Amino acid sequence: MKGHPSRQSFGDGLTTIEELEETARRCRVHIVNMVHRAQAGHPGGSLSEIDLLTALYKTQLRVKPEEPDWSDRDRFVLSKGHASPGMYAILAEMGFISVDDLASYRVKGGICQGHVDMKWCPGVDFSAGSLGMGLSFGMGAAIAARMDKSERQAYVMLGDGEIQEGSVWEAAMAAAHHELGNLNVILDRNRIQNDDFCEAQMRMFDIPAKWRAFGWNVMEIDGHDMSSILEGLAFLASNNDGPSILIANTVKGKGVSYMEDNPSFHGAAPNDEQYALAMKELGVAA
Amino acid sequence: MTRMAATRDGYGQALLDLAGNPKVVVLEADLGKSTKSLHFRKAHPERTVSCGIGEQNMLLVGAGLAASGYIPFASTFAIFTERAFEQMRNGVARPNLAVHLCGSHGGTHTGTDGSSAQSIEDLAVYRTLPNVTVLHPADDVSTRLLTVQLASTTTPSYMRTARNKTPVLYDDAPEGTIQIGKGIVLEDGNDVALVACGVMVSQALEARSLLAEQGINATVVDMHTIKPLDGELVDSLSQRCGAIVTAEDHSIIGGLGGAVAEHLSASGTTPLVRVGVKDRFGESAQSDEMLEMMGLTPGDIVTAALEAIARKG
Repeated sequence: MKGHPSRQSFGDGLTTIEELEETARRCRVHIVNMVHRAQAGHPGGSLSEIDLLTALYKTQLRVKPEEPDWSDRDRFVLSKGHASPGMYAILAEMGFISVDDLASYRVKGGICQGHVDMKWCPGVDFSAGSLGMGLSFGMGAAIAARMDKSERQAYVMLGDGEIQEGSVWEAAMAAAHHELGNLNVILDRNRIQNDDFCEAQMRMFDIPAKWRAFGWNVMEIDGHDMSSILEGLAFLASNNDGPSILIANTVKGKGVSYMEDNPSFHGAAPNDEQYALAMKELGVAA
Repeated sequence: MTRMAATRDGYGQALLDLAGNPKVVVLEADLGKSTKSLHFRKAHPERTVSCGIGEQNMLLVGAGLAASGYIPFASTFAIFTERAFEQMRNGVARPNLAVHLCGSHGGTHTGTDGSSAQSIEDLAVYRTLPNVTVLHPADDVSTRLLTVQLASTTTPSYMRTARNKTPVLYDDAPEGTIQIGKGIVLEDGNDVALVACGVMVSQALEARSLLAEQGINATVVDMHTIKPLDGELVDSLSQRCGAIVTAEDHSIIGGLGGAVAEHLSASGTTPLVRVGVKDRFGESAQSDEMLEMMGLTPGDIVTAALEAIARKG
């Protein structure tokens, strides 16, 4: 059912590791631009998720940027909806929206609302912003696909702090019960949440074991290594007997030195000096 | 002899009526036997999704289905829907996805299960959500028809049904009588208007008889749609009767009484007296004992009507 032959005909055919890495780099520039311009937003979780989003959109997701509401598209749910700059960046790279649209992030009337919103932005499948909701929505989308006898897939990106929400586990239990092989989760394990390191806020112990115990197929990957990510996406595509999850080990703020592994940049914008440094580190000529 | 039936049975019947539409799906949270979605489940297990005892997940599974072109009907006890209020707010109402949520066993009339099972605030909380239609029908016939109508709407809804049997009002109602958003004038009178929902509609009809013994003619309205409120009807009642009483098995804060008060505050000075649960919780007792304890009897409506009439200018 998964590994649909026509899947590779979607996206723009970029498959080399180098090309994926270059797209992710451009997305990182977009992300930092957005939060710097808005002087608000969530750079840390956007930078940790962006390699995963890039590989997912460029190599797996069956979507049509020119027809964002195509009913048989794969669904992607950014459940950690505050990490919206990352999603807007890849939507711009895919052509759902323009790079100019990114300037509307957090601006009155802008399609790039503070948290991703399906009513505002083409290519957004769920209005997120409140943690713990996306997996349930993705489960509904997966059930709908099955009822439609469609091969379309539902992908959900969760944050690691987010899985402290109890409703995530309601959904985890239900998705396994219903054997939703078309439901795929990527967990952005960046180890930092709003107030502090996850370890300080709420220890989560053995996360892969928890998902296995709930009946899921589980694989751990390096969420910044494109080869590892592609292996993970292949794992999702090849497991059809029930829901599957990639535990992607990432670094919050990845790619900008002073944001990396720094809880202060979960939800804070760089000042002008920090912005200049970030651009330099991301390979943007001054 | 008046036929007696529970509104939850009307809901269960409506789901079967809707089964011919392949897009209709039913979501359950382990209370299908109680909310009466079980009949649909038995007939169409392939279109019924068990969500276990997990209301928050259920609401958003509904959202995912609605966003994929399905028409989900989710039900549990009214009180347990409230646990998923934020899911309803952020995941259903905000993106305006047509998930239809039914809360059965609403109100103190639910009886001996006690206060933990007696939702007296559901109408109030859902009424605050943009895009959400809020219904509380009075009998099984209207519940069935209103539920069927919901399947054709493009916005989310909350409907409260009740556990216990109440008098059936609409066995002989002409076609077109029951429409979402349109209050139904059951009896005419020019002295006071009794505007009720749910179990309190039949209580209001009894109150009308008691008032008639005192020479007072009351209009009785079944206001099954709490939101959007039939403001046109409220205005015409204001003009004709000059005094209004609302009656609901729900807190006097924020429900039908609150909706009518808000409407009148913008449009007139008609005296209004609200009959409802007076900012307290219930307890275990039989249904009729609960109505008495909470001040929801025909006699309580009569007292309220006399007060409203006395306040006419």
